[in-house]
Amino acid sequence: MSAWSVTEPSKLSKWAAGLLVTFYTIVTLLPLVWIISTGFKSGPDSISYPPKVLFEPSLEGYVNLFTTRTRLGAEEFAALPPPETWYDRIVRGSGMVIAGPSRFGERFLNSVIIGFSSTALSIFLGTLAAYAFSRFKVPLKDDLLFFILSTRMMPPIAVAIPIYLMYRELGLSDTHLGMILLYTAVNISLAVWLLKGFIDEIPREYEEAALIDGYTRFQAFRKVVLPQAATGIASTAIFCLIFAWNEYAFAVLLTSGNAQTAPPFIPTIIGVGGQDWPAVAAGATVFLLPVMVFTILLRKHLLRGITFGAVRK
Amino acid sequence: MTNPIDLAARATPAPVSRRIRGLSDRAIAWIFVAPTIFLLLAINIFPLIWTVRLSFTNYAANKPNAEVKWVGLRNYQRILTDDGIWATMQTTAHFLFWTLLLQVVIGFTLAWLINRKFRGNDLLTTLIVIPMMLSPAVVGNFWTFLYQPQIGLVNYVVELLTGTPASSFSMLGPGGLAPWSIIIVDTWMWTPFVMLICLAGLRSIPDYIYEAAEVDRASKWRQFWTITVPMVLPFLMLAVLFRGIENFKMFDMVALLTGGGPGNETLLTSIDLKREAFEKWRTGYSSAYAIILFVTVFGLASIYVKALNKVKER
Repeated sequence: MSAWSVTEPSKLSKWAAGLLVTFYTIVTLLPLVWIISTGFKSGPDSISYPPKVLFEPSLEGYVNLFTTRTRLGAEEFAALPPPETWYDRIVRGSGMVIAGPSRFGERFLNSVIIGFSSTALSIFLGTLAAYAFSRFKVPLKDDLLFFILSTRMMPPIAVAIPIYLMYRELGLSDTHLGMILLYTAVNISLAVWLLKGFIDEIPREYEEAALIDGYTRFQAFRKVVLPQAATGIASTAIFCLIFAWNEYAFAVLLTSGNAQTAPPFIPTIIGVGGQDWPAVAAGATVFLLPVMVFTILLRKHLLRGITFGAVRK
Repeated sequence: MTNPIDLAARATPAPVSRRIRGLSDRAIAWIFVAPTIFLLLAINIFPLIWTVRLSFTNYAANKPNAEVKWVGLRNYQRILTDDGIWATMQTTAHFLFWTLLLQVVIGFTLAWLINRKFRGNDLLTTLIVIPMMLSPAVVGNFWTFLYQPQIGLVNYVVELLTGTPASSFSMLGPGGLAPWSIIIVDTWMWTPFVMLICLAGLRSIPDYIYEAAEVDRASKWRQFWTITVPMVLPFLMLAVLFRGIENFKMFDMVALLTGGGPGNETLLTSIDLKREAFEKWRTGYSSAYAIILFVTVFGLASIYVKALNKVKER
């Protein structure tokens, strides 16, 4: 490239663009920063006006998120032995005692179990189907691929009506298995489309060479194609995981206690006398942080994932 | 060579093993595709057919033992002549129009700026996209906090910038602001999506086209309208397709932010459908509603894809 090119933006325009985009970034991240900081505020600080930018950090929100608490009468409270742990001390500070763990831990664990299981299943089934669509002449291939995609156009509530009835009949309501199967069915369209794109990019010659060397199709698939597609499979898996992790409509309609995931649970965190905002903010932070980390890991394949592989960089 | 397939092959009798090793490509293709198709048939197609059947009845899911009557097309007739449903359709159209417009304008502008390739543009791009990866339900929930009247950050910032007292308006309460509040949150969340796709479009334009235009002494303004915009248009249209389908189905974020209220000001079709199906338990009626929505999305999307393909061919 020459030192000066007509397509290279001028110094000034670069500088101005950088400034504007930085400004947008700050404005757009402000709500997130606000939520994360609210998680570390005390109850009164979180609802003070004007909103407090500087405050004394407190772990009250996190303690409230993971515990349930009760208020005792003044005499009972005075008769208690001194608090033993740091979280006991925080709760005592607001005149209450810890009654037990909250449901957040369970809900979070449900999110992990359902998210990872459905991702593993979608990737397993999706890789097989994508390989077949990529390498073989499947009759009605284009129709099948479009059919797989069109299943995503249904509004989730519309799908939830018959699923609700079907699961009630089969005893799958509010079970982990039911949610895993449902999320797998939703994710598999994404998995097949993305993985087909990744496998299409692997030259057929590698497999053909392996077949000539006496490998069977299965072996060629396992030992040649899979290692080559590893990056694509990993990023597809993260996309499936994020979907299952974030999903709300099915979770709120089809689960109630046993298999409920975190998204329907977080908004129900209520404190004494109004919503306990620091606890809600703490819950949101704990829940959103893994996704933020994954987004940064995924940045190279982000575009492909969000467009079902229609746009590749 | 001790992988499971070999072990399995060695453990099976010779004629069978020969058959496994020698499975035709066609057979493998079917074995590989079948589980996926089966799962989709069981969890997508079968329920869809069931919904169609229910839509012709007066079935109510909370009364499984009640007698189910076949009502023909009456559910459809009632929905299509219901003023309330046309109002929710209008609310949805308003939401769709403004979110798409704002996201296209802001998203394209951002992409165009980022494409100046200033130092640090990769880092900023990664930071900007974070909101769209988050759970819409949790996003809706924490924006209710930011939108709190009196104590919320949004009211405070508005007072700071414009002098309008923070206690004089409520973003989610009565007063007509709620439809705009949900548009703001959706735009905050999804502008990065449009931006990323536009950025891919801008980066796909080869430099030599601009160089040729420069040789022909085309002004920057003219280059923008005759090269940049037409070349990015297919990408932009794809982004609008994805956002349009998603926002037509919008449920989670708005359900937590306003739940359709105040009154019915933000009652989008999906939220209305949820009320009919899971609060009023009019299963037959809401099945017909669901079918109408599905046909609408499918029809609009097909027309749009045709237009998109025409633009691509140009």
